[in-house]
Amino acid sequence: MNNKYMISFIAVFVLFFLAYLGTEALGLDVLFGVLIPYAALAVFIVGFVYKVMGWARSAVPFRIPTTCGQQENQLGFRQNTLDCPSTAGAVVLRMFLEIVTFRSLFRNTRMNFREGHKVSYNLEIFLWLFALIFHYAFLTVIVRHLRFFLEPVPKALQLLETVDSFMQIGLPVLYLSGAALLVAAVFLLLRRIFIGNVRYISLASDFFPLFLIGGIAFTGILMRYVTKVDIVSIKQLTMGLVTLHPTVPEGIGGLFYGHLFFVSILLAYFPFSKLMHLGGIFLSPTRNLPTDTRATRHVNPWNYPVETHTYEEYEDEFREKMVEAGLPVEIMPEEQPAEEAEADSPSEEKE
Amino acid sequence: MSDLPNREAFFSNIDHSIPTAKDWMDTLPVDIRKGIACYAGNPKSLEYVGLPNPRTWSCFDEDWQLPENWQQILHEGFKERLEKFRSFKVFMDICVRCGACADKCHFFIGTGDPKNMPVLRAELLRSVYRNDFTRVGKLLGKIGGARPMSLEVLREWWYYLFQCTECRRCSVFCPYGIDTAEITIMGRELLNLIGLNIDWIATPVANCYRTGNHLGIQPHAFKDMLEFFVEDIEDITGVNCMPQFQKKGADILFITPSGDVFADPGTYTCMGYLMLFQFLKEKYGLDITWSTYASEGGNFGFFTSHEMMKRLNAKMYAEAKRLGVKWILGGECGHMWRVINQYMDTMNGPADFLEVPVNPITGTRFENARSTKMVHITEFTADLIQHNKLDLDPSRNDHLKVTFHDSCNPSRGMGLFEEPRYVIRNVCNHFYDMPRNTIRESTFCCGSGAGLNAGEDMELRMAGGLPRANAVKTVHEQHGVNTLACICAIDRAALPPLMEYWVPGVEVTGVHEMVANALNLPGQNERETDLRGEELPQLEE
Amino acid sequence: MGLDKLLRKKKATIVRRWFDVVVDTYPVDTRRFLKSQQDPFANPVGRTTMTGLKHLYDGIVEGMDRETAATHLDPIIRIRAVQDFTPAMAVAFVLDLKNVVKSVCNEELQRGDALPEWLRFEHRVDALALTGFDIYMSCREKIFQLKADNERTRVMQTFARAGLLKIEPEADANSGAK
Repeated sequence: MNNKYMISFIAVFVLFFLAYLGTEALGLDVLFGVLIPYAALAVFIVGFVYKVMGWARSAVPFRIPTTCGQQENQLGFRQNTLDCPSTAGAVVLRMFLEIVTFRSLFRNTRMNFREGHKVSYNLEIFLWLFALIFHYAFLTVIVRHLRFFLEPVPKALQLLETVDSFMQIGLPVLYLSGAALLVAAVFLLLRRIFIGNVRYISLASDFFPLFLIGGIAFTGILMRYVTKVDIVSIKQLTMGLVTLHPTVPEGIGGLFYGHLFFVSILLAYFPFSKLMHLGGIFLSPTRNLPTDTRATRHVNPWNYPVETHTYEEYEDEFREKMVEAGLPVEIMPEEQPAEEAEADSPSEEKE
Repeated sequence: MSDLPNREAFFSNIDHSIPTAKDWMDTLPVDIRKGIACYAGNPKSLEYVGLPNPRTWSCFDEDWQLPENWQQILHEGFKERLEKFRSFKVFMDICVRCGACADKCHFFIGTGDPKNMPVLRAELLRSVYRNDFTRVGKLLGKIGGARPMSLEVLREWWYYLFQCTECRRCSVFCPYGIDTAEITIMGRELLNLIGLNIDWIATPVANCYRTGNHLGIQPHAFKDMLEFFVEDIEDITGVNCMPQFQKKGADILFITPSGDVFADPGTYTCMGYLMLFQFLKEKYGLDITWSTYASEGGNFGFFTSHEMMKRLNAKMYAEAKRLGVKWILGGECGHMWRVINQYMDTMNGPADFLEVPVNPITGTRFENARSTKMVHITEFTADLIQHNKLDLDPSRNDHLKVTFHDSCNPSRGMGLFEEPRYVIRNVCNHFYDMPRNTIRESTFCCGSGAGLNAGEDMELRMAGGLPRANAVKTVHEQHGVNTLACICAIDRAALPPLMEYWVPGVEVTGVHEMVANALNLPGQNERETDLRGEELPQLEE
Repeated sequence: MGLDKLLRKKKATIVRRWFDVVVDTYPVDTRRFLKSQQDPFANPVGRTTMTGLKHLYDGIVEGMDRETAATHLDPIIRIRAVQDFTPAMAVAFVLDLKNVVKSVCNEELQRGDALPEWLRFEHRVDALALTGFDIYMSCREKIFQLKADNERTRVMQTFARAGLLKIEPEADANSGAK
């Protein structure tokens, strides 16, 4: 039994019951429905900005992109502008594809190899696939939830809902994104639990967000399809939150507060966790810099002078041998001032 | 055998090396093994360049004789670097441990040691980062993936930071571009703050600083070496290829790693440069000079700290300025080119005293090097070949079946893929690339880069080089490949033993050795042997 | 069914289990990678081992000369000789084949008439294990030779620096490139 995921699992479970019992038994609806969401959002925004500012405050002393293709050249070899972008536009494209299609992660997946006549599949394709599903499903779910914060609900959003439910399964119709999010979260979770070397590198902080997001998806689905919560009251609450006139309608139920509490926890947890890769990827110096280091000088803001072994020191040390070997020197030994003592190896330099 | 206890029971008594399924943080203390770890830096070398805490010590000892406040030094060093390097700070924060990098590391593949998964190597530092610099980490402790610095952690850092060759293969596959090379560079910088370096790095650094080359060869002996090559070439071709040294006002300054001057088979590559330059001088009046002061292109400072890298690299521009050349031409070397391509101009530039490199023979203006003003010799030679300026007889390389090892740094720190291949295809008739996922941006390291090509860590080198050797073996068996070409001096030193162990029958060569063997020098004798003194195969009439 | 026939029939199972036993000598967290990554270039250790074991098994069942045995055994041992194994651990996997066969063919082995074939099988495995020791030693000797070459080069260079010796390209047989 691995305590890393058990702890995360229990934590998520406890969090749910905290909200459920807090509202059902203790009637802390205002706390879980208004105060905590506001606080969580505040922590998220401040934390996110603070973190990104913190990164941005650190210098970028060197231009160190990872080059994954042919460089720019004057010899007629075709440059791989996407993997070795030397212009700003190409860098933007590289970043765009990286963020939108997880290109580097895809590079990891070589679909099949032949052993004898058998074609075998590499599991890594699923990492890319489910990572992609996970993120896009999450995005869709978030966008879909805007309907709770907008009145009237924009046309585009309604269109999205139509697309998301095109399969027309069940009643109310199933949103694919919600199911996909849950499935992908479970896949990523099982991958961490059952694949030896991935389990080895996983921390509790890798399991926790997965359980949490899984919990969000699960409670969401439960509300929509099983317990059928009172949507009108919920919208009243959410609109109250967004218009800064919070009201707490009766009869929303503990399940919803559990759901909302999960979301609050996720928001508050976000800036302190690996989830910050959302912001970090934009600042990754191996991806967001052009590969034109030889063509355009990059300036290091903290470049400082260093002790070097100058040519003069070098010649002073080896002058006689150099002259003897017929190497050109700046100062011929005869012309040397008499004070030139046998300089020992220059060991006076200090940092 | 049957009356003995079963193997598990039998061996469980003598085997202590199989870790069971434990949390990686619980596997301390790390067993620092002979054959994997390198010897500690010679205190004299550290002293010479002013590195802190020089002393005689050994990583196999209990007591590492650390300064009393070593934890504080590391903590402050860590903090400083987080502020100075966004790469470091971002990479400390954003890894999601997806595991995409895990099996991309040649050391993991070769040794099977799970701590050689790049993500784990970075976690060694991240765990301390979380404890020292994040509140959540401090609060949650081990469950949050945090742990305080301790002697045991330090030993682990030492062991695994010197099992990384900074090859950047993992960063190609990371969805956030997290570069373990960057982590290792920072980690080693930190270790250096308390005097923990390996001798195979520290002593070349000191030598390089003093004499201009990593072996500490003094200027007259450097010249002697090149003169030997001149004699050898004259024996083989009948042509005198005497180079110029420190010539003021020459057009081009040539700098190559000193490994090419002192270590076989790099020496043959060096002879190749001499012959090429002689040809160009004779035919087109190329005015190129060598320098004994800036006689080291390689930069072991890169494996020590950014500052040391800058201190050693400074000689290149300084010498170019003193001699008043127009631009600099760089020889075949791996990390030297990472430093030139991504660091030199920033550190020691701007090189406004030089001109934008123009090949005086073809008129090609190397716009891609217009600021740094340094051109890679395969760019230069490829340009000459494209303009048909060389008189080549590739049939003299007909006995060679060649494959090309993309060195890590020119690959993933520069993007130099087509130039060397173009040159090779034009100087020899039998060229076969290795499987696609082992070359170009996915190339496997020789296993000995970043200062690990010592002797005492031979097991590590052989294990780390296994993926590369394995790919060579494939083309060796499929196509009869007998020559492994490369454009890196460390490769030329590291690959021969690797081939000797894994794929006997494959020789290692520099690209310009093959160029020279194919090159017809004006006024040459009929060639009977190649540069290695081996008889040439019968030429077809 | 005779043991030989059975060994042929159950080849796939036995080789697979034998492979698992070999992989189990690696750290837990590495095993899945060694087993599941099928690309021979991404996973030379696992693939080399698998290929070698298959050939060795055929050779043991059908009989093979020492040369052939060494050809197939060498790549596996060569890898294990530079990894974190004691000499015994590095070659013990050969003997493990006996246990694998015992467990797979347990029923048949209980019958008395399988003995002659079993003894022959056992003898072949033993011979292979001994060949394994030879290979292991030659690998280790090679490693030490490479180390020695490296040291020698350094000493030569030290002499040269002191001006006691001039390194000629021939004399500087670096890194054992001969």
